[in-house]
Amino acid sequence: MTWETVIGLEVHVQLATASKLFSGSSTRFGAEPNTQANIYDLAMPGTLPVLNREALRMAIKFGLAIDAEIAMTSVFDRKNYFYPDLPKGYQTSQLDFPTVGKGSLTVTLEDGSSKTIGITRAHMEEDAGKSLHEDFHGQTGIDLNRAGTPLLEIVSEPEIRSADEAVAYLKKLHSLVRYLGISDADMSKGNMRCDANVSIRQAGDTEFGTRTEIKNINSFRFVEKAIHVEVERQIDILEDGGRIVQETRLYDSDRNETRSMRSKEVANDYRYFPEPDLLPITIDEAYIEAVRATLPELPDAKRERFMSEYKLSEYDALVLAAERETADFYEAVVAECGDAKLSANWVSVDLQAYLNQEEIDIDDSPVSPVQLGGLIKKIIDGTLSSKTAKTAFALMLAGEGDADTVINNNDLAQNSDMEANTNIVVSVLKNHPDQVEQYKSGNTKVISFFVGQVMKETKGKANPQQVNEILKDELSK
Amino acid sequence: MSVSSSDIAYIAHLARLHLSEDESEKAADNFRNILALIDQMQAADTKGLQPLSHAIETSQPLREDKVTESNQRDTLQKLAPKSEAGLYLVPKVIE
Amino acid sequence: MFELGIADLARGLEAGDFSSEELTSAYLARIKEKDSVLNSYITCCEEPALQQAKAADAARASGKATGLSGVPIAHKDIFCTDGIRTTCGSRMLETFIAPYNATVVEKFNQAGMVTLGKTNMDEFAMGSSNETSYFGAVHNPWDLERVPGGSSGGSAAAVAAHLAPGATATDTGGSIRQPAAFCGLTGLKPTYGRVSRWGMIAFASSLDQAGTMTRNAEDSALMLNIMAGHDAKDSTSIDIATEDYTANLDKPLDGLRIGIPKEHFAEGLKPEVEQKIREALTEFEKLGATIREISLPNNGLSVPAYYVIAPAEASANLSRYDGVRYGYRCDDPKDLEDMYKRSRSEGFGAEVKRRIMVGTYALSAGYYDAYYIKAQKIRRLIKNDFDKAFQEVDLIMGPTSPHTAFKIGAQNNDPVTMYLEDIYTIAVNLAGLPGISIPAGLVENLPVGLHIVGKSFAEAQLLNVAHKFQQQTDWHTHTPGI
Repeated sequence: MTWETVIGLEVHVQLATASKLFSGSSTRFGAEPNTQANIYDLAMPGTLPVLNREALRMAIKFGLAIDAEIAMTSVFDRKNYFYPDLPKGYQTSQLDFPTVGKGSLTVTLEDGSSKTIGITRAHMEEDAGKSLHEDFHGQTGIDLNRAGTPLLEIVSEPEIRSADEAVAYLKKLHSLVRYLGISDADMSKGNMRCDANVSIRQAGDTEFGTRTEIKNINSFRFVEKAIHVEVERQIDILEDGGRIVQETRLYDSDRNETRSMRSKEVANDYRYFPEPDLLPITIDEAYIEAVRATLPELPDAKRERFMSEYKLSEYDALVLAAERETADFYEAVVAECGDAKLSANWVSVDLQAYLNQEEIDIDDSPVSPVQLGGLIKKIIDGTLSSKTAKTAFALMLAGEGDADTVINNNDLAQNSDMEANTNIVVSVLKNHPDQVEQYKSGNTKVISFFVGQVMKETKGKANPQQVNEILKDELSK
Repeated sequence: MSVSSSDIAYIAHLARLHLSEDESEKAADNFRNILALIDQMQAADTKGLQPLSHAIETSQPLREDKVTESNQRDTLQKLAPKSEAGLYLVPKVIE
Repeated sequence: MFELGIADLARGLEAGDFSSEELTSAYLARIKEKDSVLNSYITCCEEPALQQAKAADAARASGKATGLSGVPIAHKDIFCTDGIRTTCGSRMLETFIAPYNATVVEKFNQAGMVTLGKTNMDEFAMGSSNETSYFGAVHNPWDLERVPGGSSGGSAAAVAAHLAPGATATDTGGSIRQPAAFCGLTGLKPTYGRVSRWGMIAFASSLDQAGTMTRNAEDSALMLNIMAGHDAKDSTSIDIATEDYTANLDKPLDGLRIGIPKEHFAEGLKPEVEQKIREALTEFEKLGATIREISLPNNGLSVPAYYVIAPAEASANLSRYDGVRYGYRCDDPKDLEDMYKRSRSEGFGAEVKRRIMVGTYALSAGYYDAYYIKAQKIRRLIKNDFDKAFQEVDLIMGPTSPHTAFKIGAQNNDPVTMYLEDIYTIAVNLAGLPGISIPAGLVENLPVGLHIVGKSFAEAQLLNVAHKFQQQTDWHTHTPGI
């Protein structure tokens, strides 16, 4: 039997505002418990919300980037449930009139093909606090620093058909929100979180199967694994003649399994209704256009431009445009050295290898774009060979200074002195008359022998390209 | 619309209220009377009317994205029935 | 000096007839002496009041006193007062010391006014008789066996018994106007959004509005001058300029068009009350107004719609009382669920629980459209009725309540009877309009209130009309003589 997987993703992205969605408390990560929870965040009697201008702007910016319908009127609702990390006893969210309506995202899959995945909606809502389950005399501790932090919940259509597609979609979202500067989207800090709605059906069916919702998956790798194990679990059940129960499940990465969260299943009757402490948000075309004017060049457009402007291959362009920081770094290197192709190789291969190995972000690279461009210039002007350039780069990464400094201090420069090199060539030819004869009688391959001899004489420092040219000159005399 | 005792129990649970048997019975009685009152609405012709959430129909004002609050934990946590190490304490939450 | 209202006290302070400290001490002493029978205050603020009074006197001595500086008032215990217990009439907040000031309180403090104390109220403002307070019923100074009305019953009783020259109050369905009527006072509920709700403990957010409880319209205008205005901390506060509400108090009423809704003079209205209202209307005719009958055809639906909308909003507004961060927590909860349920059941009184239940029900799956959405549509019908009426008339007048103050305990058997108390006032909250109740006579030595409703932001006009009436009549000067 062939099964088809159907996945819809709900992604929560923390908006990178300085203050909370409805209060002036800081959203800074990692503060002491409850030091960033003011009277509104603690739901003190009589406190009221006022919407953060920046959160709205960021939500609309996202909507424009996915070519979505932007609601001219959107409404906040109260979603009612009791939980100790939810101080008001309701979460302020958007149900019927979200700020961002239908849009889409095109992802590139492993095999190079692309697929467009529909986005149903994106809405603003408040985050909850944190429950700390370590033991306080058998009690749970509540930290409300995170309560009220603005989130954008991005809901996809159930158009994702595999774990790979899910990961590609997530990575694209990750790249996009970072490009837009609306979120750090750091999954390890929980400022990008993913819930996956997973169901399976027989290939060719038009009806959806019963879905389960896997909550709070906190890395790209876990998304892939969680979907895999959940799909396998569902296939096993159906092939054994069982039925899937619609429920919320939690992915346990230690055991690589999903398990039912029965405690959250009791009576999910959220009693949504329009938040009476807030008025409908109304915007006009002029506002939308003003936000549109702040949109940066987005990954797809940037990739196209890299291909046309820098003549990069599609693959190189894709890699360099995927993250805004990488793209900016790359363009700064090109601006310094003027060679787009060499810059592409150095950034996407040599530098990237180092960053991966050290697990650091490109923004924290010990070699700046100007320094890397400087290094490439030394290759172009013949001071460095491709081999000595790698040596120089390693020294630069180790903090030994810019290209000039490491070349000088380590005597890495090629000798491109025409007169000196000519003298050496002449003397080599003089000492090897037999080989000269061979060359002259048509065996041009012997030229590499001469190059080798010159390099031996110069301890490898003569500029090989120049040596080649001098040799050809002298031998044709 | 009529209300059963299981409806009352369900609503009480949603609202996190504990009602004794006596209170439940009384609540059911009161409920029936109150529902009879509010059910008078059903006779009204409201076709084509937009629901009105607020009498004022202006737009939501916006706040500048500025941190205006400082740490007031010690003052505010004095109001808490139970706290320790800067945390509010509640009976064990079972996930 | 207990006979003096706010305006007169301000004049006396300015003239040096007495100091704020003398005035405040006298009031504090009178509260101590008289309030044991009325129970109009939950908390009396002796120490801080005297400090405020001394500061006001010092300001006056150095020429820095303005307007109402040094005049004492009381605040309904629904307004948060920094460092002072704020209970909202509930066991839930019995020991809650608010960590901040409501904007309204802050504004009165800035104006140099003195806070005598926090007045009793129906628990979370849910009631029309002040009998639901955890701190006990309030007695009407006109007849101690009767209720003062509610929910601002403490403010009304205190002002009527001269335990404060004026007080703040709030009105969600009639909670200023009905107690004002029952206690022979001038009670103003401004337009929704005119006064900030920041720090005013929420009952039903889209209906709640702060206002004044005073002896006359001039005092009300003086208090509103301080209270009114846009507040960036309240998203529903309207950014429209305020005005000097005392400026047009004496404006002649020639040509004023008054509408009287036939639905407010129908079955249920006590004939003696109707007679007083009709007499008051005659006074307005003498003042140059014309009177015509109008119709508010959907008025009868206002109580049913209100008892969906207000409980629905309340059910969510009161979810924060969970025993975690402040307020009452039950003893020895055996688990989280037990803590929630027992804290809330022990911390809330019967009426509050009833409304939370009704609101929860109206919002729950399967009932939302039939109840909540239907009620919101009726709310629009009601607003449309007023819009239509105000095309023909400038103001709407009628009785504030169908009868005078009833006996304590008389209406406790069926909540619905109590809910119908507000049959003339509730529609005004649903439409967000300003309304005022002013004394219009006595029936068996109990006050009758005349209800006046204006267009949005017509507070100055309401106060002008009320003031002209009070220049013409002396009902507002009658006192219970306690």
